[in-house]
Amino acid sequence: MIPLQNRIADVVKNVPRSGIRDFFELVQGRDDVISLGVGEPDFSAPWHIREAAIYSLEKGQTSYTSNLGLMSLRECIVDYVRDQFAVSYDAATEVLVTVGVSEALDLVCRALLNPGDEVIYHEPCYVSYNPSIAMAHGVAVSIQTRVEDDFELKAADVEAAITEKSKILLLNFPTNPTGAVEPLSELEKIADLAVKHDLIVVTDEIYSELMYSGESGMERGKHVSIASLPGMRERTVLLHGFSKAFAMTGFRLGYACAPSVLTEAMMKIHQYSMLCAPIMSQMAAIEALKNGANEMEKMRRAYAQRRNLMLKRFAEMGVPCFAPGGAFYMFPDIRKFGLTSQEFSLRLLEEENVAVVPGNAFGKAGEGCVRACYATAYDQLEIALDRIEAFVGRLQTN
Amino acid sequence: MEALIDLLQKNARLSTREMSERLGKTESEIESALAALIADRTILGFHAVVDPDRVEKTGVSALIEVKLTPEREGGFDRFAQRIAKFDQVTSCYLMSGGYDLTVIVEGDDLREVARFVSDKLSTIDGVVSTATHFQLKVYKQSGFLAADSSTSERLPVTP
Repeated sequence: MIPLQNRIADVVKNVPRSGIRDFFELVQGRDDVISLGVGEPDFSAPWHIREAAIYSLEKGQTSYTSNLGLMSLRECIVDYVRDQFAVSYDAATEVLVTVGVSEALDLVCRALLNPGDEVIYHEPCYVSYNPSIAMAHGVAVSIQTRVEDDFELKAADVEAAITEKSKILLLNFPTNPTGAVEPLSELEKIADLAVKHDLIVVTDEIYSELMYSGESGMERGKHVSIASLPGMRERTVLLHGFSKAFAMTGFRLGYACAPSVLTEAMMKIHQYSMLCAPIMSQMAAIEALKNGANEMEKMRRAYAQRRNLMLKRFAEMGVPCFAPGGAFYMFPDIRKFGLTSQEFSLRLLEEENVAVVPGNAFGKAGEGCVRACYATAYDQLEIALDRIEAFVGRLQTN
Repeated sequence: MEALIDLLQKNARLSTREMSERLGKTESEIESALAALIADRTILGFHAVVDPDRVEKTGVSALIEVKLTPEREGGFDRFAQRIAKFDQVTSCYLMSGGYDLTVIVEGDDLREVARFVSDKLSTIDGVVSTATHFQLKVYKQSGFLAADSSTSERLPVTP
């Protein structure tokens, strides 16, 4: 018999183990760890949303839905996207409800890529981008954003990465893991490049509600979607979902809005692999879109408070950290301590029982930084910061 | 300062320093904003929210619906203010609908509340009728759930 490991498809075999997974195993089994290593809200989904899911079960709504998703949900999505992103879509043909944004990203890649087609994306980034591209037989072309630029994506770097084989430009603002947002002036230049080089833009805007502006970050910052810029709607796949802003990660619900030719192609895969997103999640999502604005803003304000705490404490500790405009991550620069991001994170875990994620788990551009998520209860965050302070204090004196 | 009020409504025990950290303001900014809110009576007071089932002292609480005949001058205000001034009254609201005032009254026992209603409340000129409802159990008070033991398990590291 051929050894089973030799039966694994090359494309899967070649995908490296997730750095997050490695770290997860180290953290698990330790007691008294305060984890800033998560990538999801610490809040449960607001009760009215959970109640809507329960109600749908009580009413016996346990069937399949349309492959595209419930029409009533797609109509809510169209309204919401028009209000939030200033782009209009047709609920009947241009919206596809998926099992999280992760599925939507996978569908885009599989629907659009022929072997050898290039996808340009910016690092540090969400861990699934590179593997999703590779598993769809695409070629992942990463652009390194820099701590000096607050991890903004420079149009010049995008232009330098474009080749004849470039097909997709994949964007994520606000960015996981850095919390970076893209200034409008640069976003416009990038949009011009996409038009000039006829690229499809896939934009993952899962954190777009969690924006912080104003002197103290308490006001909700304005998010501009690249899909709303001139000439972009017809070449953009807008990905969004419910996980972050509505604290619904476990509901596994996202969506893609795009011209119908693209959603149709994505739906072809979705209908055979997934059939449809779970109906109870879809019913909960309708409630979230109709009545979730207040609860969402409450959670956003709670994040804003924690962000203020993190900024202040890192500044006091002398750990350089830019003020991220979105998401719920800080990405402090730890290079001055002379440790790699892996060493820093490991020692912080071993010596102080605080988990952060090494920046290199998000691509090599993340080396020199660590991701500290502030979607953790305030009092826990305070203890974690005290421990980090003790840790970097020791590093500084040594 | 809406954000400061928000913060205090959830937890009024935060120190000035903690509030300044959360709101990204200096401690002196917080102190002066707080003083202004108290001075102009935007903030009426601070108190602990207690689950009565968890304390030994057993008192009773009643919600009383009060119907009033409004006065030519001033409508309900004078009567309502007079009722609200009684120590036993913890809250007093003018209502729309089938009656005029909701009066929340606390007392040591049923008799004390009954005596308040018969001796004080119903004898006020303008009070047409009262209906007293005694509180049996607290499920939620001032935004806090009683006996909320729900926990959810998050994985320690996720992408």
